[in-house]
Amino acid sequence: MDQLTSLAGGFGDVLTPMNLLWVVVGAFLGTAVGVMPGLGSAMAVALLLPMTFTLDPLAALIMFSGIYFGGLFGDSTAGILMNTPGNSTAIATTFEGHAMARGGRAPQALATSAIGAFTGSILATVLVVFFAPTMADLATRFGPGEYFALALFAFVAISTVVSESPLRGVAALVFGLALALVGTDQSTGTARFTFDVPALFDGISIVVITVAVLAVGEVLHVAGRHGRSGGTELIPSRGRPWLSGREFRRALPAWLRGAGIGIPFGIIPAGGAEVPTFLSYTTEKQLDRRKEEPEFGTGAIEGVAGPEAAGNATAGSAMGALLALGLPTSATAALLLATFQQYGMQPGPLLFERNGEIVWALLAALFLAAIVLLVLNLPFAPLWAKLLMLPQSYLYAGITVFASLGVYATGASQTDLVLMCALGLLAFVMRRNDVPLAPVLIAVILGPLAEYSLRDAMSNSGNDPLTLVSSPITIGLYSLLALGVAWTVYRRLRPAVPATLAEAREQEDADATEGADSRS
Amino acid sequence: MIGDRGLLGAGIGLTLAVTTGFFAVQDARGGDGDAQARSALTMIAPAAAGGGYDLAAREYQQAVRGDGIVGNVQVVNVPGAGGTIGLGQLVRFEGDATTLMVTGAAMVGGVEMGGGSARLTDVTPIARLADDYEVIAVPTDSPWATLDDFVADWQEDPTIPIGGGSAGSVDHLVSGQLAAAAGIDPADLHYTPHAGGGELTLSLLSEASGTVPVGVSGYNDFRDLIDGGRLRALAVVAPERLDGVDAPTVAEEGYAGVDLVNWRGVVAPPGISDAERAELLAITEEMFGTDSWGQAIERNRWDDSFTGPDEFADFIAGEEVRTRGLLTDLGIL
Repeated sequence: MDQLTSLAGGFGDVLTPMNLLWVVVGAFLGTAVGVMPGLGSAMAVALLLPMTFTLDPLAALIMFSGIYFGGLFGDSTAGILMNTPGNSTAIATTFEGHAMARGGRAPQALATSAIGAFTGSILATVLVVFFAPTMADLATRFGPGEYFALALFAFVAISTVVSESPLRGVAALVFGLALALVGTDQSTGTARFTFDVPALFDGISIVVITVAVLAVGEVLHVAGRHGRSGGTELIPSRGRPWLSGREFRRALPAWLRGAGIGIPFGIIPAGGAEVPTFLSYTTEKQLDRRKEEPEFGTGAIEGVAGPEAAGNATAGSAMGALLALGLPTSATAALLLATFQQYGMQPGPLLFERNGEIVWALLAALFLAAIVLLVLNLPFAPLWAKLLMLPQSYLYAGITVFASLGVYATGASQTDLVLMCALGLLAFVMRRNDVPLAPVLIAVILGPLAEYSLRDAMSNSGNDPLTLVSSPITIGLYSLLALGVAWTVYRRLRPAVPATLAEAREQEDADATEGADSRS
Repeated sequence: MIGDRGLLGAGIGLTLAVTTGFFAVQDARGGDGDAQARSALTMIAPAAAGGGYDLAAREYQQAVRGDGIVGNVQVVNVPGAGGTIGLGQLVRFEGDATTLMVTGAAMVGGVEMGGGSARLTDVTPIARLADDYEVIAVPTDSPWATLDDFVADWQEDPTIPIGGGSAGSVDHLVSGQLAAAAGIDPADLHYTPHAGGGELTLSLLSEASGTVPVGVSGYNDFRDLIDGGRLRALAVVAPERLDGVDAPTVAEEGYAGVDLVNWRGVVAPPGISDAERAELLAITEEMFGTDSWGQAIERNRWDDSFTGPDEFADFIAGEEVRTRGLLTDLGIL
């Protein structure tokens, strides 16, 4: 129990009035930048980095850990309220979160999201405290073959739930893959689809794509429906603004499952926190289908709880990978790495020995940050929900302004703004034609991971395809995938059930109702 | 209810303030063109925050600010395309003597690989500041104990993959130099780019198949893993052995042609007067003498390589030719 003693020492260092103030400042700033579309915690840390020269290392790291978690607490707020998620990590939360808000349950959705983020953060940090070195060893079991298997698994698992029409889903997926191809090819340095525009050499930033497709697209969609009856009006929340005991009991397992899915992803550099949030969403949706009355699509609390916990759990265990391996698995972690280096510390196997005191204080600060953020965000939930009482035109105009500010602030590039408008317009056209938007983002996130890991695996092994199935991890993932696909095919081909998917669904629903009837 | 509204208003106000704050920083540059470099200086870091250029820019900023050499220094990040977006912007600031940009070896490669129309020879060189040395390393359990062991196997099988940073980076060019020195055609080199030092070290340490068995990167990326006994340095690409690394130089091992270093320097926009150039050089020289810069060099394990404008200009011109040749040999150009 050395860890507990060290952690207690860490709390001792952090629990001074000054350091507590830095935790609160960081948590507040992080939430603020998280709420705004386009701005994220990486941005906030980058801009504050030069100002922390005058701070002592501990104060700077404490503040940054508050920002780090804060960004993930705040990012789902705009998504839930207005269907305009602030960052790609909040996309999965938005589906059911906004549906809940439309059903007048915005405060409950916000509270579920805040508690989910808290659960994920705390559980992941506990694991980092006790198992950071073991987690680091797990990361060394991964190579390009494993990453490719993971990407493929995520592709299939996620695509099966986010798209209703296979053809439109595939179209959106292809569009996303095309967007992801823009930029300099990592392996050869060849420019792809850049049209000799230097601003496109590094590709189109995921921030620009998320904000354009989801936020700008949503604004145009709402504007396009203005004055018509179509149910785009935001519904002010009603009823008690707190979670009922029943809601809490339903969300609790989803929070834990989400954290369980998120934690392993923080350790490996495989596409950041988006993949686990989508996987958690997929899991919850599948579980929901087995219920007597599936709620997904109409605001299921599990669909908010799971992804949000997964996102923060990933962030928490990413901190473990950073401390134990020096491996930054997210943009914000990369900046924290820079912060460590600025103070002459090098995260990695020797950090715990050389700078043990500061590491344990940082871990203690992560716990405190999660608690402060929960305390900060829970009371704010009903307050944020009051935003919906503003006239829609002001609200969405505000979103547009903040989205443009956020996109411009990220790279100070006018090209990004032009791209944002163009992609937003495209997203609007897609929505009008019932093309789903989620596959676009999934392709943008997973496409490059799949491509580069496959190419690395091939080129590093002398083009031996067996590399792809040479470890227990890859074999396990592919078996799981094959089983899943076989099960889906079996269910659709079952002779008793009509051939088309829609009818099959109706049949299932009917079964469920019958079941319910016979029981009552 | 009124209390709620007030709080909500405060929240919106705060968010607005934060955003405008971001803008103030982003747009710190420009405006008062007549201002003197001594009162307000802008440093362009042609990369995102957290990278090598950014670090150098911020260390420079810290040194001149802390010692009161310049009244107000801002660092502006202009990321993209191997630093060439920043270079393009610097060229457009023609005649602005209050702006400096950090540059380095990677930008030479970026320009050659087609990043925009601006070249490093279009801007005004001020000074070369510091160098980072490259290290060739393998996992501790690797069968290769020396560089010669590795090269012997490599000559047998040139498809052994070598890991490093992005395509066209100094890591890549050094690998090409080593191939040439070992009698392997650089065009046959199997080089696997990685997004960062962390990814590269993980690939080296990973036991999974399809990962790289040998890596080339800056000493900083490998330092702790070498100290911690998980990586073994086969050789350092430096004129002399490095303090604290138990590895010979490549020249000692008989590969004298391998000599690229990851240098950093500062350049100013084109079209500034000689007096303005002398002023920027004076600021940089004073900065160079500060304790905080000395500590920065020590902390980041840089090697101080200060040279003035004329020598620096010749050096850049020479590196351009060399880099172009290497990229051609590697089959990238």
